[in-house]
Amino acid sequence: MAERPEHITIAFMGNPNCGKTTLFNAYTGANLKVANWPGVTVERKEGYTNYKTTNLTLVDLPGVYSLTSYTIEERVSRKEVLQGNVDVIVNVVDASSLERNLYLTMQLLELGKPVIVALNMMDIVEERGMEIDLHRLPEMLGDIPVVPVSARKRTGLDVLMHAVVHHYQEVPDEKIVRYSDEIEQKIEQLIDIVKEEYGEDHQILRWHAIKLLEEDETVVNDHPIEVGHIVDRSYENEIINQKYEYIEGVVEECLFNRDAKVAFTEKIDQWLTHPFWGLPIFLGIIALVFFFTFTVGDFLKGYFEVGLDWFSATVTSLLQFVSASDWLISLIVDGIIAGVGGILTFLPNIFILFLALAFLEDSGYMARVAYVMDGVMGKVGLSGKAFLPMVLGFGCTVPAVMATRALEHESDRKRTILLTPFMSCSARLPIYVLFADMFFGKYAMLVSYSLYIIGIVVAILIALVVSKVTKAKEQGILMIELPEYKVPNARTVRIYVWEKVKDYLTKAGTTIFIASILLWFVLNFNMSGMVSDVADSFGAVLGHWMVPVLSVAGLGMWQIGLALICGISAKEVVVSSFSVLFGITNINSAVGMTQLSQVLGASGFTSLNAYALMVFCLLYTPCIATIATIKRETRSWKWTIGMVVFQLIFAWAAAAAVFQIGSLIM
Amino acid sequence: MKTYGFRLILSTERREEFMTLYDGKVKHTYQVLSIDIDIGIKRRLEAIGLIEQTKVEIVNQKRNGSIIIRVRGTRWAIGKTIAKGITVKEEN
Repeated sequence: MAERPEHITIAFMGNPNCGKTTLFNAYTGANLKVANWPGVTVERKEGYTNYKTTNLTLVDLPGVYSLTSYTIEERVSRKEVLQGNVDVIVNVVDASSLERNLYLTMQLLELGKPVIVALNMMDIVEERGMEIDLHRLPEMLGDIPVVPVSARKRTGLDVLMHAVVHHYQEVPDEKIVRYSDEIEQKIEQLIDIVKEEYGEDHQILRWHAIKLLEEDETVVNDHPIEVGHIVDRSYENEIINQKYEYIEGVVEECLFNRDAKVAFTEKIDQWLTHPFWGLPIFLGIIALVFFFTFTVGDFLKGYFEVGLDWFSATVTSLLQFVSASDWLISLIVDGIIAGVGGILTFLPNIFILFLALAFLEDSGYMARVAYVMDGVMGKVGLSGKAFLPMVLGFGCTVPAVMATRALEHESDRKRTILLTPFMSCSARLPIYVLFADMFFGKYAMLVSYSLYIIGIVVAILIALVVSKVTKAKEQGILMIELPEYKVPNARTVRIYVWEKVKDYLTKAGTTIFIASILLWFVLNFNMSGMVSDVADSFGAVLGHWMVPVLSVAGLGMWQIGLALICGISAKEVVVSSFSVLFGITNINSAVGMTQLSQVLGASGFTSLNAYALMVFCLLYTPCIATIATIKRETRSWKWTIGMVVFQLIFAWAAAAAVFQIGSLIM
Repeated sequence: MKTYGFRLILSTERREEFMTLYDGKVKHTYQVLSIDIDIGIKRRLEAIGLIEQTKVEIVNQKRNGSIIIRVRGTRWAIGKTIAKGITVKEEN
């Protein structure tokens, strides 16, 4: 037996949505996001694991359908394999959709690198009553190892790594697909020319010859040799067709009982992608998501509040017991516990929201949303695919902005990035929950809904204006795979929700924690030291500056101005700032709300002002993290700053309009 | 009447000649004759195995012209422009 190598680098390659990341997570213990729609992974990720004494570096690549060099993902993946130090390719194949997946496999086999096939989703194959001949399949793929795995159920993982460690040096036969005599002859001729020009050991001669025949841009540019007499035209179509012919043969021989249960997905799709009902059903589903977020979330919230009250009281008496100074008690109880604790009571709402989004994403419905929304988005010059980042925006704007990478055109991408911040993210949820509950009583949910709708409408209107100005036309070039529906996987949903909850807790422990301390500081100090009256503090001075501008929008209190500034660090901070500013320990409880609405009401702050405030929070500058992401993704300070300024002015104008028009009516 | 009938035949011939996936009907299967669109999109179609001679079934159609098709066992949603760029003939 060959000695075990010390270190192997493995690249995971496969079609979009075939389960590469699920497999990667299973090995590395990473919690990268997975879902059931193509294009979830947009970046190359590296992870580490080991099999017995061998250290393994795993590289997770974005999914590709082919190895041509026409899309960014394809170029990234191809470069990684050809130029990177990848020892072996693990080709993840979705066994439930063998025909299409094997096309990439056929191309990988021509690359002259060791390939091991991980036949994923075997559980689905069995569920559907299909059967795959696991003896014949590897034979037809040139005797490379084919290992059935289920990334979701974590079966076959050790067997796969065992195969990697033992076969990582076995280069497959490049001639599994034999093309027509004409093409084979040309390949031979081209190999001779390339050999002559670049030497015998020039890697993967056959692959280069095939790519020259296909007139592949990159390969042709890298090999400026005269081959015009052989490549008299592009042979790409023939080559693709003959690969598929071979695959048809493989499928014919190895796959049994196919199409047995496709009917299930088709039946659901009859409704969900219905030409007329598709859109109302989508809106209904989104409405349901938020219905659960508000009702179930509010139900669970009660327990958190009781806990917070108890905690706050205990800490106070404990601090008094150890005779801590008043300022320290104030900092801990009024600053930290009020700010951070107040935010934590919204955790149930956030939890339910992400749970619902996880179900949507893992069921396979997301790709349908792109189809259903294609008409509406077409009217503003974007494809339905651009709506996917916007749906993600209901969760958090940062990953939503990243998800725009899946869009084909740079200009579409920038326009979509412009829209995503208007989708109410989970950080804005506490603001709506609090102020809607406080000022609108039994209409609270309706008011919150209205803000979500305003966000969507504003996004679409802005897209419309931008498309008119830039003369962007609907291109009608939507193209997205619609995966089979499946029952969301418990582990996937758990990871998804836990990662989001963890983010929220981390944010409470870092950004909101620091913001609360800073805010407590600016409220309790001025140049001459600690102040007894907040009105003399730094904070009040800063807030007062903004009063003239904000009073037009009905937000003319220095505390509100200050809270809005703080909210740029993270939108939840608007809420935690209110706690700290008005000294309310448990802002999300009935007592806390009564306290706050009394204080605000005393200054003439009514439900109209509250609505203007919510509209402002919906539309104004997103948080620092979003701004940084937009800068990174657009690579333009001009664009980023322009966007921030635009949103600030727009939010002010919209809130002012709400307040002024509302004042006239009421 | 005769002339009318003659014209009718001509027009069906024409339609057959220039039929694209955009003109197709739900639940009908077509064979691709040629693809004439932006080279970038054409490459993407090639990558999923949608090339000349491929069989395509239309699964769903929207009023804005987007369609859902089944190609080589996989479902795809494609936009109007792409559908219009794929010339097909009906499979019997």
